[in-house]
Amino acid sequence: MNEQPLWEVFIRNKQGLDHKHVGSLHAADARTALESARDVYTRRMEGISIWVVESRYIHASSPEDSGSFFDPANDKVYRHPTFYKLPDEVQYM
Amino acid sequence: MEDKNIYEYTLMLADSSLIMGQRLSEWTGHGPILELDIAITNIALDEIGQARLLYQFAAELKNKQEPGSKATEDTIAFLRDAWDFKNLQISELPNGDWGQSVLKIFFLAHWQRQMYGKLIYSPIKNLSDVAEKALKEVTYHVRWSSDWVRRLGDGTEESRGRMQKALEYLWPYTQEFFEPEGYEWDGIFENAGEDFFENMKAGWNKEVSLVLTEASLTLPESHTYMRKGGKKGLHTEHLGHLLAEMQFLQRAYPGCEW
Amino acid sequence: MDTEALQKEFDEKIEKDIKIEPKDWMPAEYRKTLIRQISQHAHSEIVGMLPEANWITRAPTLNRKLILIAKVQDEAGHGLYLYCAAETLNITREEMQEQLLSGKAKYSSIFNYPTLTWADMGAIGWLVDGAAIINQIPLCRTSFAPYSRGMIRICKEESFHQRQGYQILLTLAQGSKEQKAMAQDAINRWWWPSVMMFGPRDADSPHTKQSMAWKIKRFSNDELRQKFIDMCAQQVEVLGLKIPDPDLKWNEERKHYDFGEIDWDEFWSVVKGYGPCNEERMSARIAAHENGKWVRDAAMAYAAKQDAKSKSSTDKTSTKISKNE
Repeated sequence: MNEQPLWEVFIRNKQGLDHKHVGSLHAADARTALESARDVYTRRMEGISIWVVESRYIHASSPEDSGSFFDPANDKVYRHPTFYKLPDEVQYM
Repeated sequence: MEDKNIYEYTLMLADSSLIMGQRLSEWTGHGPILELDIAITNIALDEIGQARLLYQFAAELKNKQEPGSKATEDTIAFLRDAWDFKNLQISELPNGDWGQSVLKIFFLAHWQRQMYGKLIYSPIKNLSDVAEKALKEVTYHVRWSSDWVRRLGDGTEESRGRMQKALEYLWPYTQEFFEPEGYEWDGIFENAGEDFFENMKAGWNKEVSLVLTEASLTLPESHTYMRKGGKKGLHTEHLGHLLAEMQFLQRAYPGCEW
Repeated sequence: MDTEALQKEFDEKIEKDIKIEPKDWMPAEYRKTLIRQISQHAHSEIVGMLPEANWITRAPTLNRKLILIAKVQDEAGHGLYLYCAAETLNITREEMQEQLLSGKAKYSSIFNYPTLTWADMGAIGWLVDGAAIINQIPLCRTSFAPYSRGMIRICKEESFHQRQGYQILLTLAQGSKEQKAMAQDAINRWWWPSVMMFGPRDADSPHTKQSMAWKIKRFSNDELRQKFIDMCAQQVEVLGLKIPDPDLKWNEERKHYDFGEIDWDEFWSVVKGYGPCNEERMSARIAAHENGKWVRDAAMAYAAKQDAKSKSSTDKTSTKISKNE
């Protein structure tokens, strides 16, 4: 077994937007991964910038932790602008 | 005279692209890994796309020269015989192994980059327009093929052996790249000085040798038999077979819409 | 959490149409079913390149040549997306390929039929891609997220495939006598194999029930098949050609077309490997894999060498993303 490593591909499809995960591919090194990402994922003018990162370098949160990671944000309603009721006369805020 | 030169020069570029694209498209579905299958197919699409634009211009010229001739990109591509084709011989050679195909792209793309790099300044607008688009494409082909020549040359012992063999096989076909035919005439290029082709050749040589050296490959002795004649319609035996296949439907069912 | 609780959580997600992500707990059978289905789907895309690639070098115009090349290339891309989706389930592409090349894994039988004339490019686009689209659109909503994401991308890209095929047939149908005959002949040969693409009858399809419960599949084989036949029966009229089924007729009561019996013996024999091109397709894939080995090996060896070199110097081959980007 000597399989080429897996890479994750992120593409910015328009100036000013974030890079977005679009898929993965196999390549022996970063330069090949970039070129293959160009050939595989931007055939239909989908991109103006590409990031590739070898999949093994991505660390992910695990579903078991999702309760302790994300639920505590649920009751922080004061972080959202809609929490604050202002008189209708106040404009542009 | 002027138009005839432009016409033949356009055909030479177009035929080289088409025949190259036709050969590379044979790889589709058979590449060494999916990612590379897709990559080489992109190059085939670029080449055939360039050929189309050039043939459209050639058809325009022909119809102007011979009113009533009703030439189209397809009549030019599908209804001429081998001796009318002016492509570089290297483009018609069978694909061989993957390394041979990569090296073919490498040589041709470097040639195209030299050519299109000059042609963007051509006073003939149709040609400079095509060159502007094509230059971007072949610049990528140069990058991609140079990377793979380095990778395969400096990869394993087997890959280096295969690349060296491919180099020895293909090198003689690069001789005709910069030997101008009569139709490669001054008026096509802006300010083509006396050493125009010599300079292009030197540029090509420099770029190509640099990569080949990095790939730890050795250039063959220069006394090997040098192949030429493609640009004037003299070809290897391979072209006839390629055309027989490519032109089959247009020949078997003449005059149809497809 | 114990398995029972995990199973309950999983069932609830399926129930509420919440997608399953690769790291989420899933029943072993669900994983197995997905690996089988997604890898078969990927294999079908890859093997499916071959019958059409057979006509790339003979395409009749430059425009048709470009379209056909781009289409076959799309299929390579789709195979790639699907292999990647399956890889999130802890199987490597290499393992899947090994299953294909050893004959252990199946792919869609349709690709074991030969492409004999140019009209076959039309019939494949119209019928085979038409059937594939009907199969694939519901898969965009399949419960396993990477599969669903892949299918969304695939369906978007495939939207031109069926149209270009239909257009080929339309041009032939309006062309010379020979061209029209060529188009009819292609439909005659591709019709029944396309109808078979939806698989065995629901009653004979062992996996359908569970797959539907898991929302991997959204419609049964017979439902999709009916939809396909209804669609084609109308579209063939515009072509002025005929579908080779004397029993095909509109049933006012059912509001669907009735159709004749499928030759199930042929279906099973092609599935089992006795189709007209099973051997050719497999040997083409095996040759590509074996002939490409030295290239893949060289790429790995070169990467290792470069890696060793860059330990002592900075990497010049690509731009590293700076902190600020």
